[in-house]
Amino acid sequence: MSQTAQSQTVSDERVKEMSALRRALIRPELGGLVGIVAVFAFFLLFAFDSGMFGSQGVMNWSTVSAQFMIIAVGACLLMIAGEFDLSVGSMIGFSGMMIAILSVTLGWPVWLAIVVTFVLCIAIGALNGYIVIRTGLPSFIVTLAFLFILRGFTIYLPQTIERKTIISGVRDVAEGDWLASLFGGKILTGFFTWLGNAGLIETFERGTREGQPVVDGIPMLIVWAIALVVFGHILLTRTRFGNWIFASGGDAEAARNSGVPVSRVKILMFMFTAFCACVFATCQVMEFGSAGADRGLLKEFEAIIAVVIGGALLTGGYGSVIGAALGALIFGVVQQGLFFAGVESSLFRVFLGIILLFAVILNTYIRRLITGER
Amino acid sequence: MNTRTTHEPIIRMVNIEKHFGSVIALAGVSVDVYPGECHCLLGDNGAGKSTFIKTMSGVHKPTAGEILFDGKPMHFDDPRDAISAGIATVHQHLAMIPLMSVSRNFFMGNEPLKKIGPLKFFDHDLANQVTMEEMRKMGINLRGPDQAVGTLSGGERQTVAIARAVHFGAKVLILDEPTSALGVRQTANVLATIDKVRKQDVAVVFITHNVRHALAVGDRFTVLNRGQTLGTAQRGQITPEELQDMMAGGQELVALEESLGGTI
Ligand SMILES: Nc1ncnc2c1ncn2[C@@H]1O[C@H](COP(=O)(O)OP(=O)(O)O)[C@@H](O)[C@H]1O
Ligand SMILES: [Mg+2]
Repeated sequence: MSQTAQSQTVSDERVKEMSALRRALIRPELGGLVGIVAVFAFFLLFAFDSGMFGSQGVMNWSTVSAQFMIIAVGACLLMIAGEFDLSVGSMIGFSGMMIAILSVTLGWPVWLAIVVTFVLCIAIGALNGYIVIRTGLPSFIVTLAFLFILRGFTIYLPQTIERKTIISGVRDVAEGDWLASLFGGKILTGFFTWLGNAGLIETFERGTREGQPVVDGIPMLIVWAIALVVFGHILLTRTRFGNWIFASGGDAEAARNSGVPVSRVKILMFMFTAFCACVFATCQVMEFGSAGADRGLLKEFEAIIAVVIGGALLTGGYGSVIGAALGALIFGVVQQGLFFAGVESSLFRVFLGIILLFAVILNTYIRRLITGER
Repeated sequence: MNTRTTHEPIIRMVNIEKHFGSVIALAGVSVDVYPGECHCLLGDNGAGKSTFIKTMSGVHKPTAGEILFDGKPMHFDDPRDAISAGIATVHQHLAMIPLMSVSRNFFMGNEPLKKIGPLKFFDHDLANQVTMEEMRKMGINLRGPDQAVGTLSGGERQTVAIARAVHFGAKVLILDEPTSALGVRQTANVLATIDKVRKQDVAVVFITHNVRHALAVGDRFTVLNRGQTLGTAQRGQITPEELQDMMAGGQELVALEESLGGTI
């Protein structure tokens, strides 16, 4: 046999050099970036005078985007690891309700209510993951079950305990609580007062808050969003665990055979998704001062859509946290921008559907580019 | 030819049985593998070859039987145990993840770390550099370490997988049908790689159902048939025709071969 003679010539002259454009195209963030530019260009052109780009307007869509971002980070890492969580929205309602019941109805200190709720919800996330791993069922079905189970409890508990579906009074009991301020407080308030005094941002012109800036600080919600995005991005791209996330979603069997602890990775990602839902819920409860049984409805789909717009593949193994954050920003800007521009808000859904379709088609095309499959 | 058997075997599989429910995939198979030899495992589809090497690489726990690694009994709970003991496996399917870069695939499960403060991060620079170097040694010119494995040909993927196993210091390299989906030239490359690896004193377990591929590089040959072994033969002690017959489980192929004019 003459196999040795040929071993030097493996390089394949038929593989074309990749153009810079193609190279840029296979970055998962590309769709999100293009979307952001388009969305901002649109609103700058057509809604510049609407107040959307004043300090209050900016704070408004930033806050809404931050909400989307928090759950998108969890959904993104989980999707790259090859799984879905449809119970995110119900988890938001459930954990908000737990905090309210424990702190207002049972009179626990708010920090304890928050800690217990986080532990409980992360445990439910782990249970989701454990059932998926043990049964081998699609996570779609398992978490769909939890979508109903958790929502059911979220309505049942306050109704049997207090005979109503909204529990308010959280803000009063949270006053001065150290942990609550980590979710409901604001930072840089001194800086914004200074900006107001210096005339750099708008201030109230009359009323009890005359002279104070209209925007008096950055809500912790936004701080959480940025922190989670940075954490998620570094975890995914710069750590060993990140490589395991890609591998688990790319091909669980191949990853397992290479020594990647796939079950552990997936269960941890379910727990992280639950954690993100809990952060969302706690911020929301602290902001509204109440918990409602219908909170978080449809959030799981909004999170998944943001992630897909951000370039992640529904089939797992590919995606980007930065992309998901951009997807969430597109969401926030469009939703609030339409509101500022006075457009009927139901059109937002139309926009969502269309952009989702576009994103999925683009992603499928990109996938072919990367893997060279036809 | 027979000098290798004077060493101790690196791995001894003694009377391995594996049942999947009512299916008896392995009914007591014994094989010894020595450092520096290429041990070919032959058999028709469904003979139990993949199942056998999966018990060797920690994917399956044997229903009965014993595994001695370096003379000591071993119990692998999962593939990680086998990998850290020095048993690297290139599985028949699913060896690489197409969506991930060559470099990420190369180091999958073995990521190099660099410390920044108290935290440990994936050392991409080192990973990329090593990957490019190893690929060049194997004669594969990558566009870059971030090229996705999905863009490589089947033979190149096998070569990446083999290079990865050798790089991480495998003492036993198991290749499950690495040539079955390849073209002529790619097959030749993989066989040449096996030969290279064997000369580095690594024990190679080479699974194939192609007798010619086996005879090209094999030192010893074990034939599996319906979950049983018909014994191990040395190179030179067995003819291609005999091997072929053993694989088919008897004489029926001879008749067929005659009617086809000896082309199988
Ligand atoms: N995980 C499994 N569960 C049930 N049966 C299996 C499993 N893996 C293999 N088998 C059966 O064991 C036998 C041997 O399969 P395999 O080892 O893959 O054969 P080979 O690799 O020699 O073609 C086949 O009959 C196959 O159906
Ligand atoms: Mg097989």
